[in-house]
Amino acid sequence: MNLTKSELNDKLRELIREGEVHRDLYCSPEIFALEMEHLFRNAWIYVGHDSQIPNKGDYAATEIGTQPILMVRHKDDSIRVLFNRCPHKGTQVVIDRQGNAGKFFRCPYHAWSFKTDGSLLAVPLKKGYENSGLQESCAAKGMTPVAHVKNYRGFVFAKINDAGPDFESFFGDSLSSLDNMIDRSPEGRLEVVGSPLRYMHHCNWKMLVENQTDTCHPMVAHESSAGTVREIWEQEGGEGPKPMAVECILPFTSPYEFFENMGIRTWENGHGHTGVHHSIHSDYSAIEGYFEQMVAAYGETRAKAILDENRHNTVYFPNMMIKGPIQSLRLFKPIAADKTLVESWIFRLVGAPDKLLQRTAMYNRLINAPTSIVGHDDLEMYERAQAGLASDGNQWVNMQRLYDPSESETPNATYNGTTEAQMRNQFRAWEKFMTLDSGGNAATKGTAA
Amino acid sequence: MTPTAQDLIDFVIAEARMIDERRFPEWLDLFTEDGIYWMPLEPDQEEEHLTTSLMYEDRLLLRTRVQRLEGQRTFSQKPKSRCHHLLQMPSVDEMNHEENLYRTYTPFHYVETRFDEQTLLAGWARHSLTLVEEKLRIKCKRVDLVNCDAPHRNIQLFV
Repeated sequence: MNLTKSELNDKLRELIREGEVHRDLYCSPEIFALEMEHLFRNAWIYVGHDSQIPNKGDYAATEIGTQPILMVRHKDDSIRVLFNRCPHKGTQVVIDRQGNAGKFFRCPYHAWSFKTDGSLLAVPLKKGYENSGLQESCAAKGMTPVAHVKNYRGFVFAKINDAGPDFESFFGDSLSSLDNMIDRSPEGRLEVVGSPLRYMHHCNWKMLVENQTDTCHPMVAHESSAGTVREIWEQEGGEGPKPMAVECILPFTSPYEFFENMGIRTWENGHGHTGVHHSIHSDYSAIEGYFEQMVAAYGETRAKAILDENRHNTVYFPNMMIKGPIQSLRLFKPIAADKTLVESWIFRLVGAPDKLLQRTAMYNRLINAPTSIVGHDDLEMYERAQAGLASDGNQWVNMQRLYDPSESETPNATYNGTTEAQMRNQFRAWEKFMTLDSGGNAATKGTAA
Repeated sequence: MTPTAQDLIDFVIAEARMIDERRFPEWLDLFTEDGIYWMPLEPDQEEEHLTTSLMYEDRLLLRTRVQRLEGQRTFSQKPKSRCHHLLQMPSVDEMNHEENLYRTYTPFHYVETRFDEQTLLAGWARHSLTLVEEKLRIKCKRVDLVNCDAPHRNIQLFV
């Protein structure tokens, strides 16, 4: 698509109002293509965790938007992010989700090889390229690196375009949620555990992101799962220490008042979180020995401050969510306007008792799995919405709950926990990052950045 | 009573039939008090607790599933899913009368449908059975899907 900046601005302005967005944002393949072309290149996108690639030559393959990329640990121990295609014919150089390349990547098609920073190492039958102009071609530059990469305390993010804010300005104070999750390790370090759950949804990726701070749905959509746990727990007498699974699911049935009081905080550039004052994760049982380890590592005051922060869901715009007290991360990977792959990852708090990881793994399968009774009803709602949006009777999606006309001037603010302010915050960021670049970016034209 | 190999085979086949016929409360009673239904996330997964599984459920959680399936506000089950097991003849892997432990291995194809969508899953079921008051009961049913690590859509009934 070759819209000028002002044509793009005009087009988007017709689709977004304060508190309402047009259904094309969820349904239109053209808007989806524009998101991939602009939004997912102008924003910092989560690539992976450095514990996935502990040794030199280790790589992990993923996507930024719909573009195949990989991250690899280079010989100097730095982490490089490369577009996963051979500069020769386009073949994906690695196909498994993770592995070790040794000292160099070797394309399985014609054996072109590349150093782990992407640069071209060797081409078989080199003579055949004498005086061919190869040296001046795109191919000679090797596997194209993604221009901007940041490893933040183990969490690797990348940005394809030069346009847009640097890492610190993009995330601002929202990094406090990542910090809190990491600080929960007595050693200040997390490690990815196992493969992610992968869950395919036939809906637009933004529906899933919006749902992360939608506090008016748990007691309705999840009545059948969390409500049944409550029923059974009460039938059993409802006394004594709750089994871990009951502790994890029961808070989903909390009344509106609970969610109103827990609060929502928004940050600039579309980030935000639920659970400012307390959350569904606040009342978990203490795990033996953990607090003592934290006090030994941080001192009592700091240890208490870390553990008293019980944020619920933190959304990192555009397509990631973390749960600090649970040590989980969900990535909402766009595939098409009506197709999204959700990956749910978990982390070990290095140096903490295994029992915490046991709870993390349990929460992941109870809530985020394709076999989860909580997930089943969420997917049902998203896909009914995706289907319902085909209706021409009303072409607008509403998010006016607790709207305050002045909120756009104060992106960093806290609200009543049932506001839809964070969804509106995401759409303000959406508009901003869709139009940040003026279409003159190097990567768009196919030359190496 | 000492179970024969045929008793074990009959049990596994009857268990699948109960699920297909939606006799879920009866099916639930096949599990021992500490019985577990386990569906790992990764091929050859050994770890039960310290990594993610698709399911690792005790009777409390299984009972929640069964009760939820009949609930008035179980939106993802309006309309209800249907399922079908096609089992290969179970093999008896262990007959340990002394320790009251019996193990079977059953390759299967499983189909789940809802509306017009049909999902085909294939894999291997491993039953660890034991006698409780003269009746065979499930200590653990482990279900390994051949594509356990694929991006699945909803799997709502019991494989």
